[in-house]
Amino acid sequence: MTAAVARRSTDWSLVSQRLGAHLSLIFFGIIFMLPFLWMVSSSLKPSAEIFEIPVRLIPKTFAFTNYPDAIESIRFLRYLANTFIYAVGLMTGAVLSNVFIGYGFARIDWPGRDIVFIIVIATMMLPAQVRFIPLFITYSKWGWLETFAPLIVPAFFGNAFFVFLVRQFMLTFPRDLDDAARVDGANELMIFWRIVAPLSKPAIITIAIFDFMWGWHDYINPLVFLRDPDKFTLSVGLRLFFSQYGAEWALLMAAATMFTLPMIVVFFFAQRTFIEGISFTGVKG
Amino acid sequence: MSAIPQLQATQPRRGPGLRHMSPVTRRRLLWGILFISPWLIGFVAFTAYPVIASLYYSFTDFNIINRSPNLVGWSNYADLFQGREDSWKSMRVTFRYVAMLVGLATVFDVFIAMLLNMNVRGLSLYRTVFYLPVMVPVVAASLTWVWILNPSHGLVNGILARIGIDGPNWLASEKTALFSLVIVSVWGSGRAVLIYLAGLKEIPQHLYEAASIDGANPWRKMWAITLPLLTPQMLFNVITMTIFSFQSIAAPEIMTGGGPNKATLLFGYQLYRVAFERLKMGFASAMAWILFVVILVLTIFMFYGSRNFVHYER
Repeated sequence: MTAAVARRSTDWSLVSQRLGAHLSLIFFGIIFMLPFLWMVSSSLKPSAEIFEIPVRLIPKTFAFTNYPDAIESIRFLRYLANTFIYAVGLMTGAVLSNVFIGYGFARIDWPGRDIVFIIVIATMMLPAQVRFIPLFITYSKWGWLETFAPLIVPAFFGNAFFVFLVRQFMLTFPRDLDDAARVDGANELMIFWRIVAPLSKPAIITIAIFDFMWGWHDYINPLVFLRDPDKFTLSVGLRLFFSQYGAEWALLMAAATMFTLPMIVVFFFAQRTFIEGISFTGVKG
Repeated sequence: MSAIPQLQATQPRRGPGLRHMSPVTRRRLLWGILFISPWLIGFVAFTAYPVIASLYYSFTDFNIINRSPNLVGWSNYADLFQGREDSWKSMRVTFRYVAMLVGLATVFDVFIAMLLNMNVRGLSLYRTVFYLPVMVPVVAASLTWVWILNPSHGLVNGILARIGIDGPNWLASEKTALFSLVIVSVWGSGRAVLIYLAGLKEIPQHLYEAASIDGANPWRKMWAITLPLLTPQMLFNVITMTIFSFQSIAAPEIMTGGGPNKATLLFGYQLYRVAFERLKMGFASAMAWILFVVILVLTIFMFYGSRNFVHYER
């Protein structure tokens, strides 16, 4: 009898706790979603409604023509293609290089390895600004500033964060796996190609998605290193349009929506990769 | 296959140590270097060389126009310490920005992660809601927020007007501009929420049960168990957030241009302007090194300073 009463009273405090949690999450969740709603709603307002007071979230009339208008006036398709070239190039370079490099740090014991790995990690601390100026000079000497090369080529030489990620992942495989292959006469390249690389598929997918996203998002590298307006990515192109036509909010928001949408799609298809990849780095880091 | 004998043939000159190694160790060394060679090449070309060059430039009067830089000794650094190109002003703004951002984001992200950890139904939906802003490209997010914070036609002041409040001119007022940039960054800090949530899930349940038996209330459990055991994640997030936000260029570049009256002139952005708008590459290189040293000192300070209260025993 007393036990039952006790259980019921704890249930009630639990219920009120959960209810409080839900209410807080809903409250902050709505605030977090408002910018998305505002972006989409502004992208659908006819220009007369954009500057109307009082401000309303749902347009009175829907102006879908903002989308084709934005595509036309912002050179959207050209910038979209460039963004895609950048993101795919970055992704390809990162996948090819980091898995290979990671193997050298995770599966082979060689003298000096741990010291070199500390240097890899230390490069993460270096602000991008330290490298920008010399790289800008170098690239301009090499004639790279008119091409995508400054954005894509460095990705083929590894990235400290991804090397770290792959190494941590490869360290979890049992040692016997490659030792058995070594006894059978396989060399490191064969072990890498036939055993370790296939097992690293989750890490490879994580790298591919993260670097595609990074290329899609990046603003600073295209801003500094792209000198040819025909090579501009959406980030730089949209920024340029904003500085020229800052009041065209319907068009800007339509472009921002189209720019963001592929990322949302990527997220929903690869949700688990994102959540596990991020939790992994945080807990192990 | 043919790469191995070739490598071996060229390697023995690398040092006397190599000859004393056993053949197995030597072979491992060669394989190891072969595998990390892309990184080694990239390190020399895209990190080591630029770092050395940047250090050299920082002692010159180099700008793009005069293509022959003259050595000027420490004068760039001396000018920097005398406040040339708003160096002190922008450093103060940056410290204020980072402190506000890291403080606010940590409290908010831990709070949200704790709510998500209460076995609420619809966890994956909530988690998505708080993570989704991370997926918005920085230019799209910045433009959207400029529009949201528009003083007369924006969403925020529109909502405030409905409840009878006359909202401030967010990005154009010295009092609110920096804080507005902080809010935008907190909106995009969902990555940290996921890291905190993963940390919370690792806390052993029996600790809470033991505390309940001892009669601890939820508040006490939070301070005695949850927060102490979450300190590794806090340290990780605080350090990465500090490193990244010290270098921030995009948000001030797009949203405020450093204004009003230099209230959002973050150091990383000012550096970019000095280098690529004023073309004072030598001076900007000195700024970059100061930035690096500040970040390095702060990181080391946080690592060692946190040793006494970060729990690593799990």
